[in-house]
Amino acid sequence: MSEVALELASNEGKAVAKPLPADSPLLIQELTVAYGEKPAVFSVDASIQPQSMTAIVGPNGAGKSTLLKAVLGIVPRLSGKVLVFGEPIENVMQRVAYVPQRASVDWDFPTRVIDVVLMGLYRELGLLRLVRRAHRERALACLDRVGMADFADRQIGQLSGGQQQRVFLARALAQNADLYLLDEPFAGVDAATERAIIDVLKALRGEKRTVVCVHHDLATVSDYFSNVLLINIRKIAEGPVATTFTAENLQKTYGGRLATAHIDQLKLPVA
Amino acid sequence: MGAEFVQLSLTPILIGILAAIACALPGNFLILRRQALIGDAISHVVLPGIVVAFIVTGTITTWPMLIGAAGAAVVAVIIIEAIRRVGRIEPGAAMGVVFTALFAAGVLLLEQTDTSGVHLDVEHALYGNLESLIWFSAEGWGSLLDPQALAGLPPELFRMAAAAFIIGVLTIIFWRPLKISTFDEGFAGAVGVPTTIFSLGLVIAAAVAAVAAFDAVGSIIVIAMFICPPAAARLMTNRLEIQVLWSIVFATLSAIIGYVLAGYGPLWIGRDHAVSAAGMIATVSGIILALACLFAPHRARIGAPKEG
Ligand SMILES: Nc1ncnc2c1ncn2[C@@H]1O[C@H](COP(=O)(O)OP(=O)(O)O)[C@@H](O)[C@H]1O
Ligand SMILES: [Mg+2]
Repeated sequence: MSEVALELASNEGKAVAKPLPADSPLLIQELTVAYGEKPAVFSVDASIQPQSMTAIVGPNGAGKSTLLKAVLGIVPRLSGKVLVFGEPIENVMQRVAYVPQRASVDWDFPTRVIDVVLMGLYRELGLLRLVRRAHRERALACLDRVGMADFADRQIGQLSGGQQQRVFLARALAQNADLYLLDEPFAGVDAATERAIIDVLKALRGEKRTVVCVHHDLATVSDYFSNVLLINIRKIAEGPVATTFTAENLQKTYGGRLATAHIDQLKLPVA
Repeated sequence: MGAEFVQLSLTPILIGILAAIACALPGNFLILRRQALIGDAISHVVLPGIVVAFIVTGTITTWPMLIGAAGAAVVAVIIIEAIRRVGRIEPGAAMGVVFTALFAAGVLLLEQTDTSGVHLDVEHALYGNLESLIWFSAEGWGSLLDPQALAGLPPELFRMAAAAFIIGVLTIIFWRPLKISTFDEGFAGAVGVPTTIFSLGLVIAAAVAAVAAFDAVGSIIVIAMFICPPAAARLMTNRLEIQVLWSIVFATLSAIIGYVLAGYGPLWIGRDHAVSAAGMIATVSGIILALACLFAPHRARIGAPKEG
C-alpha cells in the first residue's frame, strides 16, 4: 500500500498533500474506461477525502456514471487502479453502498418497498438465510430515516419519483457502509424529497462516513458539498468547493455549452 | 378415469405439465428482463440443430438429437451475446431476424433431407408427439406401484422431470441474487452478485428447458410457455414470489386443459378427430393470458400515473 503512495509522490516529483491510500476512502489512479472504441472516462485521477461530501460534476455524457460503475467494478476498467480504503474493491464491498440512477431500473418490477430495502442486506443474508424479524426491523428503520416507513408494503410502481429515490437511499442505508456512492440522487425529485435526502447525507457525514454524489444541479453544489470533482471524460479539477468550483473551471468542464450568464448567476468566486 | 386414462393420457399430461413448468420458470425472469425473445430464439434454433444431428448420424435416437439441440442452443447463446456486444442494432430486432432465418434454414434443410424412413418432419418439430408418449405397460392406477410397469414409462417423462427438477432447484437456491440482478443489475454488481454469470445462466436454463421439451412437445409449446403463463401471472400480483407460483399454476392448467380439450373436445362438438395436443395447450395458455388481461387484479399498471 505504501508503494502506491511512493509511486504517487515520485510521479509528481514533489511532496503530495494527498492522503495515504489506506486513509483515503477512494483513490482513483489513471482510470480509463471505454465502451467499444471510444473512452467514456480517460486517465482520471482522484482522491476522495475522508468524511467529505464530494460532488462529481460534468455535462451529460461526461462519464460520471461510468466512473462510479468502474469504481464498483460493474463495468470493466481498461486501465488504471482503484483503491477503496486502501484495498481493491472486491475486498471491501461491504463497506461501500451504491445508489444507481433512479431511471436505470424498471419501477414496474413486481416487488414491495420493504423488499427493495432488504436487498441492501444481501451480503449478510447470502443465498439462503431467511429474513428474520430483526432484518425486517432494520429495513423499516432505514425507511423511517427517509420518511417512508408508512410505504413499506406498497408496490414500488405506485410511488412518485421522489419516493422511489428515497427508497433507493433507504436500501443504501441498509448496507450500513462507510463510503456512499450516489448517482444523481436529486434528479427529478420534489423539494421535500430533496430536503429529506440532503439531511440524511449530511447526517451520514456527521457519522464519519464519506459521501460521493454525481450531481447535476450547479446551483446547489456550494450549499450541499464540501468537495467537488469536475470531469468531462478527463478530470478537469478536484478540491474543496470554495477553491475548485470556480467560473473558470466550470467553463473548462462544460466548454461553450454553459452560458456565461448562467455561470454569473451562480455567484462563484473568481479564480 | 380408469386403466385407459392411466395408459393413454396420464404420461402425456404429466410430460406436458413438466415441460410447461420448466419453460415458464425461466420465462418469468426473461420477461422481466425484457428478454422474452431469447426463449423464442432458442426454440427456433433447436430445429436446425436437430436436423443437422440427423444428417450427421442418420438416426433420430435420443442422444444425437439432444446433443444437436444443445449445440444449437449454445450457438444461439453465442450469437445473442455477439449481437449484444456489437450493439449497433436494436438487439430484439436483430435476434428476431437471425433466429427466424435459422428456423427457416432448419425447415429447408429438413425438406431437402430424406427423412422418409424416420419420424422427423416439420410438423413433428412444431407439435412434437405428445399423444404418442403413452404408457404401454400400465394396466391401471396400481401400475404406479409396480416396478415392472414403471420401467416401461416413456423416457421423455424422466428427461422432462429431470430438466424441470434441476431448473426448479436452481431457481430456489439462487432466488435472491436472481431477483436482485433482474431488478437492478448495477446494484447487484455492486453487492457482489456475478451478474454476467446469472444472465448467462438464465439463458442456459431456458435452453435446457427448450431442448428437453422440444422432442416431446415441439417448439409451439416451448415458445408459448416461455411467455404466456409468466405474462398472465404478472397481472395477478405485484410480488415476484407470488407471480412465479401463479405462472406454475397457469402452466399446469394450460397443459391439463389443453390436453383434455384436444383429446375430447372435438368429440363433444361432434367431430371424430382429435386435434393436436401441443397446439391446444399453447392455445389454452394464450386464452389464459387474454383472460388475465381482461380480468386480472393488477392489469392496470403500465402507463399508470406515477407522479403524485
Ligand atoms: N452501456 C453503454 N454502452 C455504450 N455506451 C455507453 C454505455 N453507457 C454509457 N455509454 C456512453 O458513455 C458515455 C458516458 O456515459 P455516462 O457515464 O452515463 O455519462 P454521464 O453519467 O456523465 O451522463 C456516453 O457517451 C454514453 O453514451
Ligand atoms: Mg449519468
